[in-house]
Amino acid sequence: MNEKKIHKNKWQTTIFLLIIIFITYLSTAITDFNFIDSIATIPAAIGWMFTNLMVTQESMAKMPAIMEKLGETIFMSIAATTLAAVVSLFLALLGSKTTKVNNIFSMLARFIASFSRNIPVVAWSLILLISFGQNSVTGFLALFVATLGFLTRAFIESIDEANQSSVEALTATGATYFHIVSKAVIPQSLPQMLSWILFMIETNIRSATLVGILTGTGIGYMFDLYYKSMNYNVVALITFTIVIAVIVIELISNKIRKVIL
Amino acid sequence: MPLLKVEGLGKLYDGETKVLRDVNFEVEAGEFLSIIGPSGAGKSTLLRCINRMVEISEGKVIFDDLDVGEMRKKELRKLRTNIGMIFQHYNLVPRLTVIENVLHGRFGYKSTLQGVFARFTEEEKERAFFLLDKLGIAEHAYKRCDQLSGGQQQRVGICRALIQEPKLILCDEPIASLDPNSSKVIMDYLKQISTEMGITCLVNLHQVDVAKEYADRIIGLKKGEIVFDGPSKLLYEDQIENIYGIETRELITV
Ligand SMILES: Nc1ncnc2c1ncn2[C@@H]1O[C@H](COP(=O)(O)OP(=O)(O)OP(=O)(O)O)[C@@H](O)[C@H]1O
Ligand SMILES: [Mg+2]
Repeated sequence: MNEKKIHKNKWQTTIFLLIIIFITYLSTAITDFNFIDSIATIPAAIGWMFTNLMVTQESMAKMPAIMEKLGETIFMSIAATTLAAVVSLFLALLGSKTTKVNNIFSMLARFIASFSRNIPVVAWSLILLISFGQNSVTGFLALFVATLGFLTRAFIESIDEANQSSVEALTATGATYFHIVSKAVIPQSLPQMLSWILFMIETNIRSATLVGILTGTGIGYMFDLYYKSMNYNVVALITFTIVIAVIVIELISNKIRKVIL
Repeated sequence: MPLLKVEGLGKLYDGETKVLRDVNFEVEAGEFLSIIGPSGAGKSTLLRCINRMVEISEGKVIFDDLDVGEMRKKELRKLRTNIGMIFQHYNLVPRLTVIENVLHGRFGYKSTLQGVFARFTEEEKERAFFLLDKLGIAEHAYKRCDQLSGGQQQRVGICRALIQEPKLILCDEPIASLDPNSSKVIMDYLKQISTEMGITCLVNLHQVDVAKEYADRIIGLKKGEIVFDGPSKLLYEDQIENIYGIETRELITV
């Protein structure tokens, strides 16, 4: 019977692969995407990168300005993430099966979470641009809203995973809702939640660059500016600093994670 | 006057299948009573109706002359301070220390603010250490619970129940996750609690032999109905077979 099952699985995999190949073929045909041609352009593109995207002495002069904008972007990401985390915590407590107050609030919290999560951060920036215009508030709000959905969802899972049994026990001792949340649920889930917050800060620093291009703020705006004026040396330097910053932030948060988990 | 009276208790989770039907029994203060029955018989449900962790569908539960089913939020809290509960999986907060988990048992007596800011009196802390010492785990007081063995965690669970100063302790398969040695230690402590402190114990058990050894009285539950209720020594083979069905009985004794 086991052999049969494996056999069946093999067949399923083959059929699945065939379907994928067919869909790929179909979509390239529809979109006029020529695979061979695009591969042929790769060497030329790499060549262009090496000749144009070089950090030169003059571009280094822009370093202080770049660092300032980079700092601005990083702080905006951190601020948006931490504020979203605070709001998410409340939404997650309402939304979680273990700690919900009643079904209506629970549904509402889950709805807000999935609504904000299922619209990508770029779309949020464009939507918010209309009402808030090109300034840093727009970027901040876009990151905030997208983060809110993601963190609420992650927090709900952390709470449900870790606390069902202790919530039952504390309810049985006659503890109140706030006793249970503050002395069992939060202490138990906090490390997991902090880990998600760190992850979101990393993600948001990357997104903030993109959001900055759209909303005209931070390092993204600078990137856009020099890109459009075809000063590729500065563009290279900016890209380089972003990569370094992201790596440094990742290293730091991995260190923090090791300590708290 | 009995401490606990269950009258015509019935429970439906989904509006169709009766998990408990017409359950009647009384428990005197100080009794050590064991509830046995096959998986799905409704043992856990029965215990949870007593402190209303699940809502009662039919009939009455009377604890200390008060109708549990009629209680409002505040009275329910007061009821729960009088009833300790012990779980198969201990249900501690694993990242917190032993002493913190024990003191959780006092929340029933605290206002929200007192609890949130962990305002415990000196007597409460002394009592916590006294109980830890009594159960032989005082040396672990400042360890995190997830660093303890199963048997030690269950003893923390017992301390948390005892610090409530309960009249009744409900134990839902307290030894089902433990090896025979730790099982014996836990059962001995429960027995000691009931005889020394006069606390009434209701213990759900899977193992018939353990129930016969420790309990004064056994209730046999089968498909939500009581099929045996009497002194442990009067539970004979044929009744055990009746409760479990013959085939399962063989599995259990092996
Ligand atoms: N929360 C619930 N919602 C719906 N049905 C439930 C719920 N809890 C228990 N049941 C059902 O009620 C019946 C009795 O369950 P219960 O847990 O009380 O049995 P038990 O005797 O404790 O079994 P076990 O020995 O496996 O713990 C089972 O059929 C179970 O599926
Ligand atoms: Mg059970």
